[in-house]
Amino acid sequence: MKIIVCIKQVPDTNEVKIDQDKGTLIREGVPSIINPEDKNGIEAAVSLKEKFGGEVIVISMGPPQAKVALKEALAMGADEAILLSDRTFAGSDTWATAYTISQAIKEIGDYDLIFCGRQAIDGDTAQVGPQIAENLNLNQLTYVSKVELLDEKVKARRELEQGYSELETKLPVLITVLESINKPRYASIKGIVDAHTTQKIKIWTADDFEVDMDKLGLDASPTQVHETFVPKHEKRGEILEGSYEDIVDNLIKKLRSENVV
Amino acid sequence: MLVIKDTCVGCSVCVEKCPYDALRMEAGVAVVDMDKCTLCSACVKVCPVDAIEIEKTESKTAVDISEYSGVWILAEQRNNELLNVSLELVSEGRKLADELNEKLTAVVLGSDLSKAGKELVAQGADQVYIIEDEELLQYRTAPYTKVVAELINKCKPEIVLLGATHNGRDLGPRVSARINTGLTADCTKLEIDKERKILLQTRPAFGGNLMATIICPEHRPQMSTVRPGVMTREKADYARTGQIEYLDADINDNDLGAEVTKEGVILKFNPQFGDEDLLTKIVQIVKEAQKSINLEQADIIVSGGRGVGDPEGFSVIKELADTLNAEVGASRAVVDEGWIDKEHQVGQTGKTVKPRLYIACGISGAIQHRAGMSNSDVIIAINTDQEASIFDICDYGIVGDLHKVVPMLTKAFSDKFN
Repeated sequence: MKIIVCIKQVPDTNEVKIDQDKGTLIREGVPSIINPEDKNGIEAAVSLKEKFGGEVIVISMGPPQAKVALKEALAMGADEAILLSDRTFAGSDTWATAYTISQAIKEIGDYDLIFCGRQAIDGDTAQVGPQIAENLNLNQLTYVSKVELLDEKVKARRELEQGYSELETKLPVLITVLESINKPRYASIKGIVDAHTTQKIKIWTADDFEVDMDKLGLDASPTQVHETFVPKHEKRGEILEGSYEDIVDNLIKKLRSENVV
Repeated sequence: MLVIKDTCVGCSVCVEKCPYDALRMEAGVAVVDMDKCTLCSACVKVCPVDAIEIEKTESKTAVDISEYSGVWILAEQRNNELLNVSLELVSEGRKLADELNEKLTAVVLGSDLSKAGKELVAQGADQVYIIEDEELLQYRTAPYTKVVAELINKCKPEIVLLGATHNGRDLGPRVSARINTGLTADCTKLEIDKERKILLQTRPAFGGNLMATIICPEHRPQMSTVRPGVMTREKADYARTGQIEYLDADINDNDLGAEVTKEGVILKFNPQFGDEDLLTKIVQIVKEAQKSINLEQADIIVSGGRGVGDPEGFSVIKELADTLNAEVGASRAVVDEGWIDKEHQVGQTGKTVKPRLYIACGISGAIQHRAGMSNSDVIIAINTDQEASIFDICDYGIVGDLHKVVPMLTKAFSDKFN
């Protein structure tokens, strides 16, 4: 069985602070990590491999320093790692990212399962997984918190806003996983040593797999960033006066008019 | 590519503003590290001398955007009942359509939608496309994508909005990839740039630390998902009239493709789904209340501090949280006391949260707590001590006994929701 896991290296956005006076982000000391839900994808893939045999290939798109994330994935038990890295990929939106990764996955070929994290913490779009599935003409299962393999079939639990559904589909399939699906293992010492001493990370540029140059990077991306700004949190500090009844009444009116509840 | 022109005066404002640490000063001018740059354009806007430019050539996959017109809402149903978010989107879509002076169309897939059709018109739609089939009662990726993508390709709407529900976020990207257009997730604000006649889609990025306005200038339709509760639903007007069209979808058939049998109106769909490669089979759907705690993703958090008095005191906090479908947070003090589990802790040594609404009950507002919640959109503080520092960072403060105020809030909100 061949399992592919798509991962992204992201800044740990939980560690980002805002300089309220300047209205800028404080980046110092913000580490780069494997996107948390992608780690769950690696864990899901590696544990399936341990049970059924086969191989796990991790793939990522990003700048050269994203190799660090791939090394960690290898140390967790992945067999092979591919980094798609080329200046022509820069500025890709989800559409162009999904195109590029899909083309690389076609090059790998013969896969049974593709895992992605549900979404990345620096963008929160949850789009690249389903877009890859579409490009590869695969079924997709998103928001998955449980997955079982039965012969050629996959049985999965997909979380809904209230409750869940149990779904069954055939391989091959792309699955986007939630943090609740498993607890990612720590890299073993042997795994870390192996990941650092062997050259298992391949770097693929736009010359290494079949791509249409007109579909890459910023120029091909349908969406563009028009502007970015730091949201203001100006606090009104309004102390509500009157009887408790008046206060509660007043508060609810305010929240409703501001569309908070 | 990001280009820094020689008009750069070396003020280093861009270096500070770059969220990705991709800019640095070298020999008195800004230099970009393209390995780190994501072309987010944060620097372009702040440069006082307009020395930074993003070089971009026209997309080779661009479409003739003049062929596209009209605003569409992809409405979502559960058991043929419309979700609130869909009606919120109809209200929002109404405004956009009026600004563009175009038609607002709602599209809904399900199995028995006559009531939904009327509701969508009452809410503001000029036209409703209803596609009914037993196979469409429950959402599944493949048939929904097929029907929606073909409809969009035939009718060419300019804007398509859908709810950022689990299903909307499953369908939206799939459709956008099939029809080769852009999609902006979880928008919190939608506006029309009148001059360019394009949709400005604003959304949180970078874990909510930044807001980004996204555009889709050369591809159509411009697609956005919007989270439930973000847009305001206007009062429905059942005297409104609109056109309701039933489009036929023959999902079980093995025939190929969609068929246009009458100009402008699609009468028959025959998407290609044999039972064989069909689809995902739905084994069962289970409804249950959510149990796991997810403070970071929570929309609303009700938090308790020492002011709740004792472990049992948390019951009033939990009741308010349940009513608001919110998560329960806590200060370090009460976690250390053992009144509540550590996983509820908000603050420097707990979770950093950015909900839409944070209600701090009996929390004094120590720096360490504030560090974890001060970026919440709206903060309500309830405390008996009017000197408590939580009042310095709140939007609305109530000086009073939480054991009296919180139950009153619970009652007021549950009245509102029923």
